[in-house]
Amino acid sequence: MAARKGSASSTKAGANVSADELKQYYHDMLLIRRFEEKAGQLYGMGLIGGFCHLYIGQEAVVVGLEAAAKEGDKRVTSYRDHGHMLACGMDPKGVMAELTGREDGYSKGKGGSMHMFSKEKHFYGGHGIVAAQVPIGAGLAFSDKYKGNDNVTFAYFGDGAANQGQVAETYNMAQLWDLPVVFVIENNQYAMGTSVQRATKSPDFYERGLSYGIAGEAVDGMDVLAVKEAGEKAVAHCRSGKGPYILEIKTYRYRGHSMSDPAKYRTREEVQKMRDERDAIEHVRQLLLTGKHATEDDLKAIDKEIKSIVNEAAEFSKESPEPSLDELYTDIYADAAPQNA
Amino acid sequence: MATKILMPALSPTMEEGTLAKWLKKEGDTVSSGDILAEIETDKATMEFEAVDEGVLGKILVAEGTSGVKVNDPIAVMLEEGEDASAADEAEAPATADDAGDAQEAEKAPAKAKSSDEGDDVPRPDTSPDWPEGTPMKTQTVREALRDAMAEEMRRDDSVFLMGEEVAEYQGAYKISQGLLDEFGDKRVIDTPITEHGFAGLGVGAAFGGLRPIVEFMTFNFAMQAMDQIVNSAAKTLYMSGGQMGAPMVFRGPNGAAARVGAQHSQDYGAWYASVPGLKVVQPYSAADAKGLLKSAIRDPNPVIFLENEILYGRSFDVPDLEDFTIPFGKAKIWREGSDVTIVSWGIGMSHALEAADKLAEDGIEAEVIDLRTLRPIDYDTVLASVRKTNRVVTVEEGFPVASLGNHLSSVIMERAFDYLDAPVINVTGKDVPMPYAANLEKLALVTFEDVVEAVKKVTYR
Repeated sequence: MAARKGSASSTKAGANVSADELKQYYHDMLLIRRFEEKAGQLYGMGLIGGFCHLYIGQEAVVVGLEAAAKEGDKRVTSYRDHGHMLACGMDPKGVMAELTGREDGYSKGKGGSMHMFSKEKHFYGGHGIVAAQVPIGAGLAFSDKYKGNDNVTFAYFGDGAANQGQVAETYNMAQLWDLPVVFVIENNQYAMGTSVQRATKSPDFYERGLSYGIAGEAVDGMDVLAVKEAGEKAVAHCRSGKGPYILEIKTYRYRGHSMSDPAKYRTREEVQKMRDERDAIEHVRQLLLTGKHATEDDLKAIDKEIKSIVNEAAEFSKESPEPSLDELYTDIYADAAPQNA
Repeated sequence: MATKILMPALSPTMEEGTLAKWLKKEGDTVSSGDILAEIETDKATMEFEAVDEGVLGKILVAEGTSGVKVNDPIAVMLEEGEDASAADEAEAPATADDAGDAQEAEKAPAKAKSSDEGDDVPRPDTSPDWPEGTPMKTQTVREALRDAMAEEMRRDDSVFLMGEEVAEYQGAYKISQGLLDEFGDKRVIDTPITEHGFAGLGVGAAFGGLRPIVEFMTFNFAMQAMDQIVNSAAKTLYMSGGQMGAPMVFRGPNGAAARVGAQHSQDYGAWYASVPGLKVVQPYSAADAKGLLKSAIRDPNPVIFLENEILYGRSFDVPDLEDFTIPFGKAKIWREGSDVTIVSWGIGMSHALEAADKLAEDGIEAEVIDLRTLRPIDYDTVLASVRKTNRVVTVEEGFPVASLGNHLSSVIMERAFDYLDAPVINVTGKDVPMPYAANLEKLALVTFEDVVEAVKKVTYR
């Protein structure tokens, strides 16, 4: 995505945020939403198969945290990963072509929705096993500490994963060894169909690091500026060598857990209320309009640009051929050292 | 331009469904995200949302209709200002079926790659592991493993060792003795007792460009880490289309020790050997332990290195060379013979060699092959030997069902059936959890007597 820093002359739109930055967040969040809507459509048409977990509703989380990251920082997440990939600058065409299982996809069509990676953008997956990415994230942070640089790793996981044993194991090691990892708990309130209240009597996930000595805080995940601010604080903590930090970001997914989830565990009214009252994209849209940082026409131009990016990605993903049959037997073993980070 | 809305696939297996209810009617303005209809799939009733904004021009499938095929048009959307008559010329978006047709011609069953299409003459690599005349020294397997790690850590700064008691305690089995002193606590790291966690952390460190050696105090405890080993370490190179993988070693003692009961006595060779993406090493001698561990640390893939507590203290000749490695997928013939082939690896080799000595007294000359690596397997050396002896016994400590011997038998049957004069016999541990009582434990384990008996069967003596 385009540079996030606004020019010095641009209007201040809020605490430490320029009008250009705000417009960029609007752009980035809208790209994720429209991309996911298109992915849902392609799934319905049978062009995307298997499991497909959409990020709609949670866009402010990744866009806010990417605004706090610098080049060299790493990120790793679960299977609900399309938003993270777009936010860190991966090409929508390559992501969509992976969703349709084609050779121009990020994994040559061999990974699918849940298993995508980009060495170039320091995106380490896309992991299909709930919470497996958490110790992996700590390991990425370990590698940076070992090399002596000041990079930080964002290890994203959900409220469901937060109850897995390996998360507790990882908290313990990360604090023991002062690893520069931000544990980002995207609390969207439902682990598939089980609400947080039905899964734990300790629902304040940000406090769960305290017994290991890890500081944490809860963040309004429907407000991209609040997410960015919390992200900057967490990143500064990690970069200065003080070890890990926990951000519990309270968010909401509008769609089902996956495409085949009828979402009967919550009411339509509950979802509609979030959409109407707390939508993260609408929030930024209002900030831009009321602050007179953008006109309706400016925003329409952004909408139009995104529509064309997404349509282009969809066309690309349909036209890209299926992988060659030879690909069945490639990439099982590396001959030479893989060029990792 | 008017577009047709198609019956969506709302689960990975859905082929048709029931249009239960329309929530919008003709003429309604629809925006993206609005629920258009409720659709019953094979699993549940799902809400079907609009993707684009527009006006619902025409409903083509009435509510209550069942058996509506996926991708059949169910309604027509009009753009703002468009007349309902445009609905008749509506275009349908391209579907997977269309894409499928175009590529139908390419669909042919994938053909397995085998090294010997055309003729099936095995071509074993008979080159020596080290040059003739190399001076040798006596070392235990324990010392050889320690030297292998130390040499590779001197050679490559990105190699580090982590595990329970590897640093200050100098290793639960003293394999890492002296490494903390030489390399410091940055590179020799004591972990909490947290196998799942530190295995995953090791995978992340490998993704991040380091070369971790993850020691499990025993491989029994690695079962807690199985997900990270199989799902994260072994599969990522494939799932990333070759972009990144986990160059690392998981090592530690495997198999039965002595009198430690069922939970601490199991051979995992066949388990790991079944996983594409892993390489699996199970050495017997000290020289092989050293040369293969050095190869494992340099290998750009995840390697499972299965040691054995009983072998740690045994002494062998080891080449006195500054640097030597042994390649994966190259078996070693410990003893040549013409009457029967005994194939084994790891601790099984001590039973195989003892049996061969005993058999020689009775005039039966056994060829004893040490596979050394279980993935890749050196089939050629085994098959070449079968052509010579026409009889095979496999020896391993693991359970009999789905054993590696079962796999070898199948390969031998497929590729050397006409050379067999007797059925292949798999000598394995017994089909029971390891008992504690000394007499029962002895009965559960493989013995050289079992091997002798099996050889007598296949040689009809």
